Amino acid sequence: MTRRLTIADRDRLARVVRRRALLRAFLAGSAAAVAGCDSARPRAGLLGAMERFNLRFQQALFDPEKLAPEEPESALTPDDAFPAYFVSPRVPLAPAGWRLRVGGLVERSRAFTLEELQRLPRTSYRIRHHCVEGWSAVASWHGVAVRDLAAVVGVRPEARYVEFRSFDDGYWSSWDRPSAFHPQTILAFGRNGEALAPPWGAPLRLYAAVKLGYKMVKYLTEVNFLDRPTGGYWEDQGYEWFAGV
Amino acid sequence: MSRRRREQPWPIRLAHWLNVWLLAVMAGSGLQILVAYPAMGPRGATWDWFLLEGWRPGPLLTVGRWLAGARHWHFAFAWFFVATGALYVLYLAASGEWRRRLFLPRRDFRNAIETATYYVRLRATPPAQGLYNGLQRLAYTSTLLLALVSITSGLAIYEPLQLRALASIFGGYDGARAIHFLALVAFAVFTAGHVILVLLHPRTLASMLTGGAREVPDDQAPDDRRS
Repeated sequence: MTRRLTIADRDRLARVVRRRALLRAFLAGSAAAVAGCDSARPRAGLLGAMERFNLRFQQALFDPEKLAPEEPESALTPDDAFPAYFVSPRVPLAPAGWRLRVGGLVERSRAFTLEELQRLPRTSYRIRHHCVEGWSAVASWHGVAVRDLAAVVGVRPEARYVEFRSFDDGYWSSWDRPSAFHPQTILAFGRNGEALAPPWGAPLRLYAAVKLGYKMVKYLTEVNFLDRPTGGYWEDQGYEWFAGV
Repeated sequence: MSRRRREQPWPIRLAHWLNVWLLAVMAGSGLQILVAYPAMGPRGATWDWFLLEGWRPGPLLTVGRWLAGARHWHFAFAWFFVATGALYVLYLAASGEWRRRLFLPRRDFRNAIETATYYVRLRATPPAQGLYNGLQRLAYTSTLLLALVSITSGLAIYEPLQLRALASIFGGYDGARAIHFLALVAFAVFTAGHVILVLLHPRTLASMLTGGAREVPDDQAPDDRRS
């Protein structure tokens, strides 16, 4: 036996069908969004696309002249509480005859001894450090600003990226030029008024106000001015490349 | 406004159910980020008095599997959370729905107190109400403020130097991080209470799914006329 549908029935049916379609679209959209997210490869898929969006967001917020505030001496983190990280199994020690090689897209590539770097204009400050893990800490640092070093070797305009390499088991990172040329981005050879000690990256390390800690390469061996970014130790494993602060 | 509207118009339902899983992703990935350093306050001067200091959330509560994974989930879905919230607020404003949903102290304060005294059995009957009572309006409006605190404190710890003025509102980077975590705790408390009350009043769940009955617009409902 069949019964004819009334107009009210038909309206109700249409509503149910529409509701089901909406629900299915909602669930399918959610599933597609989640499927585009692989925690093991967070720089691919939807998460990777959003990282590129966030990179542009952080670049748009970046103010090349904005300085980190000077912290009071009372905010200094005690040495035993200031983490010392390196990827080698033991504290890396500088090889005999250590030099910093500066090259890439520059007019006068050359190697510097520590004494030569110490004779360049000096930048010092006491600022807050921001680690990707979520902690902050305070120390004072002194060294030569990357942009002062760049002036010595004559960096060409097409060098839009800067790569920093180390003797810590090949640890490296690459930076965008505006962050590397920020006035507080330095190659530090001193910490808390003393010569830099091995746990903190001796003889020379990168320090900055504008990046998370893992971008600040310690135990430096090379600075290369390049026309393309070359990733980094943590960046290639999935951490953000820009990592602005 | 004379047209009868549903209890829960479709933009409200869509935003609600999107938020269910957006909040789950944000909370889970946030907790996975917390695992990397489950303490508040700067190194060497941690705030050991702080709520849940040192608590490491287990895998059932976390999203993203490791720090980098969780950070990408968190910073990707934060934008979808912001977009849903922005569209929701625009819809409330454009549709007039804010009138029957937002807590307006002069209108709702007395009703909220009366409802609260009824809940704790100091009062025999609930006060008259429209779609929501004063206490519900207070709770739902607080979640909007909570979302605002979450988003602004989150931006402050994402870019503590470039957004230094924002971070200083929360007492700097470490203050913003603690407040960001407290906002999550507050969201969890709200969600627990919300789910319990929905279970006690299953009809509200049905109307959040189907839209519910068409009802007399609130601006013509008797309890709101005095505003």
